[in-house]
Amino acid sequence: MTWTRKDLLGLEELTQEEIELILSTAESFKEVSSREIKKVPALRGKTVVNLFYEPSTRTRVSFEVAAKRLSADVINIATETSSVRKGETLIDTGKNIQALKADIIVMRHNYSGAAHMLARHLDISVVNAGDGWHEHPTQALLDIFTLKEKLGKIKGLKITIVGDIAHSRVARSNIWGLIKLGAKVTVCAPKILIPVGIENMGAEVSHNIDEAIKNADALNVLRMQFERDEGAAFPKQMEYFRNFGITQERLEKANKDIVIMHPGPINRGIEMSSDVADGKNSVILEQVTNGIAVRMAVLFLVSQGRDRIGSKR
Amino acid sequence: MRILIKNGHIVDPANKIDEVLDILVEAGKISKVAKNIKAGADEIIEAVGKIVMPGLIDMHVHLREPGREDKENIFSGTKAALKGGVTSVLAMPNTIPAIDSVENVELLQSIIKKSAQSNVFIAAAITKERAGKEIVPIKQMKERGVLAITDDGSSVDDEVILFEAFKKAKALDIPVICHSEDKKLSNGGVINLGFISTKLGLRGISKESEFRRIERDIELADKAAAQVHIAHVSCKESVEIIRKAKKKGIRVTAETAPHYFSLTDEAVIGYDTNMKMNPPLRSVEDKEAIKAGLKDGTIDVIASDHAPHTENEKDIEFERAEFGVVGLETELAVAITELIENKILDWTGLVEKFSLNPAKVLNLDRGCLSVGQSADIVIVLPNEEWVVCKADLISKSKNSSFLGRKLKGQVDVTILGGKIVYQRMAV
Repeated sequence: MTWTRKDLLGLEELTQEEIELILSTAESFKEVSSREIKKVPALRGKTVVNLFYEPSTRTRVSFEVAAKRLSADVINIATETSSVRKGETLIDTGKNIQALKADIIVMRHNYSGAAHMLARHLDISVVNAGDGWHEHPTQALLDIFTLKEKLGKIKGLKITIVGDIAHSRVARSNIWGLIKLGAKVTVCAPKILIPVGIENMGAEVSHNIDEAIKNADALNVLRMQFERDEGAAFPKQMEYFRNFGITQERLEKANKDIVIMHPGPINRGIEMSSDVADGKNSVILEQVTNGIAVRMAVLFLVSQGRDRIGSKR
Repeated sequence: MRILIKNGHIVDPANKIDEVLDILVEAGKISKVAKNIKAGADEIIEAVGKIVMPGLIDMHVHLREPGREDKENIFSGTKAALKGGVTSVLAMPNTIPAIDSVENVELLQSIIKKSAQSNVFIAAAITKERAGKEIVPIKQMKERGVLAITDDGSSVDDEVILFEAFKKAKALDIPVICHSEDKKLSNGGVINLGFISTKLGLRGISKESEFRRIERDIELADKAAAQVHIAHVSCKESVEIIRKAKKKGIRVTAETAPHYFSLTDEAVIGYDTNMKMNPPLRSVEDKEAIKAGLKDGTIDVIASDHAPHTENEKDIEFERAEFGVVGLETELAVAITELIENKILDWTGLVEKFSLNPAKVLNLDRGCLSVGQSADIVIVLPNEEWVVCKADLISKSKNSSFLGRKLKGQVDVTILGGKIVYQRMAV
C-alpha cells in the first residue's frame, strides 16, 4: 500500500487500507517523541504553513510540533474570518502561500468544505485541520490510534460518541473512520443535537446515555459549545450535565475498562465530571501525545503523495 | 419580410396542432399555418425533422439591470434568452433600485427600450424595497404595463400586509407571484435539510420553510379571491398542497425550474456552488413529485429562475456563495432531456409549460401560433446532443448547474416578431 493523495481532507473519502496506513505510519513516528533528540529529517527543507481561520490552540500547536519533529519549517498564520470577508479570498490566500513555495497548508476553517475548495485550486498539499461542522480527520485518526493502542484493535469495538453531534466535525470524522475499520458506533445526545439522517452514515442513535454506555468499549465525549445556543430547545448547561454528563456514578454501570476520550478542551462539570476526566479510564492526555505521531504521519504521507503525483505528470 | 417555415412538426396546443405543416410569417405576424403553403418568401427555412413551437415565455428571470450589471444586463440576458428559445421574459423586480415605484418602472422601461433583444415584461415588487412593510402603488404600475407583482427573493412575512396586497391585486386583476419561504424556518440554511446536509456539515433548509408558507399564501389569496402564482416549487409537500388547492377550485398556479426535476441534493457533494440555489435541490422523492406534478398539471409552468452571479460571488466557500444559477440557455434542453425523453410530458405538454401556460398566468395574448399573432417562434432540433460548456454560454455569468452535462435538444432558430434573431452555428 502506498499513499497517493496530495491532501488529507476527510476520512469519508479514504479506504480502510489508507486509514490503516496512516495508523501504522503514526506508530513508527510515535517513538520519535520519546527520543532525547526529538527530530527526524523526514521533511527537512519542506515548509508547512498553519493557516487558521478559527481560534485553536491545541490543534495548531500539535501540528506545529509534528512538523518540527519532522524537521520542516513552520509558519503560523492566524486570521479572523471577519477581516478575510473584507479582503482577500481564500483561494487568493492559498495561491499566495503556494507562490511562497510552501509545501503543505494545514488549514482550520469555520466553513464546511473550505479545505476541499482550497485543495482543488492548489497543487501543494492541503491538510484539513477542521472545516465547519464537516470533518476533522486528524482528530478522528488520533482518537482511533489511541483506541487501538489501548484495546489492541478496532474491529468489533463498540464506541459511543456523546455530545453535540449536529455541529461536530469530530463526530463525523470518527463515524466514517471507525465504521470503515469495522467498529460499531452509537451517537448519543438530546434529539436537537442529532442531525437528520446520521444513521445513514452507519451510526446508531441513542438519546439515553445510560443505555449507550452500558456495553460500550469506549466513550468519546465531545465538547459542548453552549456559546452556540441556537434557541429555546438547546439544552441548558446543568440540564445537559444531569442527563448526558459523564460521571463516575454513571460509569459504575459500564464496562470497568471502558476507555474515556475527549478531544479537548474539556468543560469540567458540563460534559464530564473532573473525577472522570482525571480518572483511571481517561486517556485524554495520551490522545494529545498520540496526536503528534498521527499528524507527523499525515504530513509525511501527503508530502510523499504529492511527490508521487508530481512524478507521474 | 416574409419567412416560410417548411415541413416542420408544429406543436401549438392553443390551436390543438401537433402535426407537420408549414408556417408563413408576414410583416412580423403569423399569416398562415397550413399544409404545403405555396408562397414566395425572402427566407425559406427547411424544418424537416424539427419541432416548430411558440417562443418560450420565461416568467422568472433576473436580468439584474439596473444595479448589478456586472452579473447581467438587459442586453446580455435577453441575448441569452434568444439562444435558449425564449422570446419573452418576465423581469424580476429585485434590482437596485427595486422596481417598487412608477419612476423605477419607467427607468426599467427606458433601459428595455434601449437594449432588450427579446420581449421583456415587468414584474413589480409587492412592497417598497421588497421589505414587506408598505405596499407599492399597484394601480399606477399596472397602468404602465406591469404584468404581475412579487417580492421574489423574499416572502411578505406580515399576513396583514400580504392580505391587503392580495385584495388590491384582485381588484386590479393582476397576479401575485409568491416566493414562499419562511426565513425563520429556513434558518440560515444553504442546502436541503437531510442526510446530505448532515454529511457535508452544512446548515439545512427544511421543506417546511417552503410548504408551510405556500399553504399560508394560498389560504390568504383564496380569502381575497386573488390570483396567486407560486414560484419555484421544489418539494413533494408543496406539490401536494397545490394539487389539493386546485381541486378545491382555488385560483392558484405554480411553477418549477429545470433543476428541481433534474437534480437532487446529491449534486452538492463536493461543495459545488453551482448547485446552490434557493429553494435548494431536494431529495429524489421530491424530484419525482415535481415530475408527477408537471405530468398531472399541478405545476403549470416551467421557468428558469435565471439568477446570474459573478465568479467572485460563486467561486468561494460554499456557505458564503450566492444562491442561484443561470438557466435561460439550458432550460429547454434540460426539459427535453428529462421530461420528453422520459415520457413525463409530450411536446404538447412541454409547450404548455413553457409558452401557453405562462401566457395565461400573465394574461398575455401570446404563447401560441395563431394567425395574426406576433411571430415569436422557436425551431428546435429535438435529437441534437450537446454538452453545456462555460465558453459557449453568452449570459454574462456562467453559474450553470449543468456545466459538463450532455443534453438532448437544441434551439436551431429563434424568430421574434417575424425576424430571425438567433440561428445556431452548425458544428
